Amino acid sequence: MQITVTVNDQPYTREVEPRLLLVHFLRDELGLTGTHWGCDTSNCGACVVQIDAVPVKSCTMLAVMADGHHVTTVEGLEKNGELDPVQKGFTECHGLQCGFCTPGMMLTARWLLDNNPDPDESEIREAISGQLCRCTGYENIVRSVRWAAEHTCTPEVSA
Amino acid sequence: MTTSTPMGFGRMHRKEDARFIRGRGQYVDDVQLPGMLHGAILRSPHAHARILSVDTSAAEALPGVKAVITGETLAGLGLAWMPTLSKDVQAVLATDKVRFQGQEVAFVVAEDRYIARDALELIEVDYEPLPSVIDARTALAEAAPVIRDDLDGKKDNHIFDWEAGDRAHTEAIFERAEVRVSQDMLYPRVHPAPLETCGALADFDKVTGKLTVWCPTQAPHAHRTLYAMVAGLPEHKIRVISPDIGGGFGGKVGIYPGYVCAIVGSIVTGKPVKWMEDRSENLMSTAFARDYHMTGEIAATQDGRVQAIRVKVLADHGAFNGTAQPTKFPAGFFHVFSGSYDIETAHCEVTGVYSNKAPGGVAYACSFRITEAVYLVERLMDVLAYELGMDPAELRMKNLLRADQFPYTSPTGWEYDSGDYPRTLALAMEMAGYDKLRAEQAERRANGDRRLMGIGLSFFTEAVGAGPRKHMDILGLGMADGAELRVHPTGKAVLRVSCQSQGQGHETTFAQIVAEELGISPDDVDVVHGDTDQTPFGLGTYGSRSTPVSGAAAAMVTRKVRDRAKLVASAMLEVAPDDLEWTKGRWSVKGDPKHGATIQEIALASHGAVELPEGVEGHLDATCVYNPPNLTYPFGAYICVVDVDPDTGQVDVRRFIAVDDCGVRINPMIVEGQIHGGLADGIGMALMQLMAFDEDGNHLGASFMDYLLPTAVECPSWELGETVTPSPHHPIGAKGVGESATVGSPAAVVNAVLDALKPYGIRHADMPLTPSNVWRAIQGRPIRTDLAIT
Ligand code: FES
Ligand code: FES
Repeated sequence: MQITVTVNDQPYTREVEPRLLLVHFLRDELGLTGTHWGCDTSNCGACVVQIDAVPVKSCTMLAVMADGHHVTTVEGLEKNGELDPVQKGFTECHGLQCGFCTPGMMLTARWLLDNNPDPDESEIREAISGQLCRCTGYENIVRSVRWAAEHTCTPEVSA
Repeated sequence: MTTSTPMGFGRMHRKEDARFIRGRGQYVDDVQLPGMLHGAILRSPHAHARILSVDTSAAEALPGVKAVITGETLAGLGLAWMPTLSKDVQAVLATDKVRFQGQEVAFVVAEDRYIARDALELIEVDYEPLPSVIDARTALAEAAPVIRDDLDGKKDNHIFDWEAGDRAHTEAIFERAEVRVSQDMLYPRVHPAPLETCGALADFDKVTGKLTVWCPTQAPHAHRTLYAMVAGLPEHKIRVISPDIGGGFGGKVGIYPGYVCAIVGSIVTGKPVKWMEDRSENLMSTAFARDYHMTGEIAATQDGRVQAIRVKVLADHGAFNGTAQPTKFPAGFFHVFSGSYDIETAHCEVTGVYSNKAPGGVAYACSFRITEAVYLVERLMDVLAYELGMDPAELRMKNLLRADQFPYTSPTGWEYDSGDYPRTLALAMEMAGYDKLRAEQAERRANGDRRLMGIGLSFFTEAVGAGPRKHMDILGLGMADGAELRVHPTGKAVLRVSCQSQGQGHETTFAQIVAEELGISPDDVDVVHGDTDQTPFGLGTYGSRSTPVSGAAAAMVTRKVRDRAKLVASAMLEVAPDDLEWTKGRWSVKGDPKHGATIQEIALASHGAVELPEGVEGHLDATCVYNPPNLTYPFGAYICVVDVDPDTGQVDVRRFIAVDDCGVRINPMIVEGQIHGGLADGIGMALMQLMAFDEDGNHLGASFMDYLLPTAVECPSWELGETVTPSPHHPIGAKGVGESATVGSPAAVVNAVLDALKPYGIRHADMPLTPSNVWRAIQGRPIRTDLAIT
């Protein structure tokens, strides 16, 4: 099947097998390997991307379902050479160790801040509760998101 | 958090973050080679069955399939079996029987991963199911089926008996002790489940004879040597590249059959072959941890002075004895089980048995079974406190080793290097507000509050940094680590080390070690690791050994460079070397500090035209191999506060206070992060993580739907404290910390839950304390956590 998916503001048209998972489409077809894969059961969240500005586990979607949609991956967080506050927050607060969960965590964090620019600790924990991190014990991820909230000059609330 | 870069130790941002936050890490599955093929493994649905036939013809006929490899193919190459790290053998692909559910049976190589999986469906295997051993306690029964009939003359499932300590002395003390308490406990089978599963990409170049293997291994050099030994390939023609690793925790130490299959696949097809396991494969077949059935006993005086401790262990090692640990110690470092206490004598006996489960044993941040040892002694201390009606903190304080007892030789022969345990426990209690917590608990109990409050403590001593050559090797390879430092003419440096980070931040901390010793910025030091062609030999990263061993190597090699720099400086400044003194980053003339040269100036001169003294080669390079004189002994005091709902059995961890003493902290930010991660592990193991089996050996925890891991909502905000007792024998006084929290925290959580359940007269219940297990315990019903029982 032929699909056209806009990924990080760039349209890609590809011929794909109907059963191809979106996560594999991004990684293997487009070479965007920042999106990871970590389980067979939609539990880990290593594969989280944003589809039309909403976090989605890209292992639960077929590539063909993304036809005509906008996908944002970790590679699209940095804009015009400027890191997203979330990316800066993860560095500032040591929000990552092995880095495997990090892209998914950051994309969920970006969505959270777009919709709730000043989340408290429990709102942050709730937002990332569908994703696993095996390294950080979550503490510094929470602090990283708080840092990003505190260092976003003009919070953009998405429509 | 600070943003400036210290000229050595201190908080600084991690160098590796720049690529990870941009999605530009390179994990093994991110590596793509031209013409690359994909492998997939067919696994056994049975726990124990004879293989009658394997028919691969339909799979081979599927378009896109390039090769199907079976045990028989491998047998033809002499590769059907491979040695394990415990001098046993393990089937790469089964030939005679399958011995656990999920065991590797056949390997398909195809054009893409989907076709490879399709082909698995087309392989016909005829099995004759056999009775299996699932409950380790039946493994040695007369009637038990013999699992390892591949071993010559093997008539039972016994692997080893091992003991440590003084049996006679311990028995004598027990005989006359005022108080003796015994407790059965199980440390159930768990799995480290790093977020990235295991995999390998093998590329064999027929023309050059060079084999390159990308593989997330914690021990790349050991892998290279083992591949050379197993496959008979010349070692200098093997290059192991361990790229970025998505967490390891001990699960990525050994060589798995899939790695060997990828290599054979590449040799057979002449193309690079990538194999990535899925999560179920990861949980079912790669190294598990624990599975220790323990009967512990403690002897004490009526007023709570502990005199002796002993334990009998039945250790379930699975179908192949594949534990990764120093050769002399089949139970790892379990015999450090007298823990942090001044106990006159101790004795342990461990019996290892085969069962129809996956092999492994030490694969989860356990510092070679110190998790089991700490859990045992810390549970026994609480059980004793329960029987004596004593406060568990008071009992611990009374028995902790005192600062003046160090260096201390334990009853089982360990030489603890340094510590001040009462100070650390006192700090934890102060941070927790221990007395207030107890008052709150008493008040809530008096008021008949439905929600049960529990306070749990644990105090742990770790023994890490394996290890001294004369005592420790793995498959004959001594546990030393190498380092190589080059300082370029402009004073920028490259450090090459044999250990490998799985998220610990070595690129930052090791640069900080060089920076501290040489007086340059960590930004001016690049750390190279994880590539056997580019780094010196060493045994890698596990058991919290990077800082104690490789970190020491990094410091020592930098000191060698500094010494060379001194000779060059003496030539530059035209003074005798003995007249020079070192201030960070600079050699200068004693008494005339203005007259000196910076390390950068010396670096340039060492590569330049200055006339060097006789015997000084020039350039600022050095190599070093560090053979640790002893282990290091980090320790800590943990306090956990929980609330338990007796109607649902739900446990909420309200607070967790952790005071760690890991000696000198190179980068406190990274140390704290590692502790956070280990504390979450403790909550996971104590409350939810479990690999259970049904009586047919079906794995009941083979996905993240069943094998539950803690998320952000189950974890509290960790409260950390620190004390610093440097290691006297480590060049920078550091002790290692990576596994401390995983080792120390499960006991604190379990002790807290059982403290909450005390009004019900419950003294002990096994992990994991899931809602249903807590509820069963409250109802007085038995719980067996390792087997599915109803
Ligand atoms: S890969 Fe685990 S949720 Fe998608
Ligand atoms: S940083 Fe390793 S899984 Fe989150």
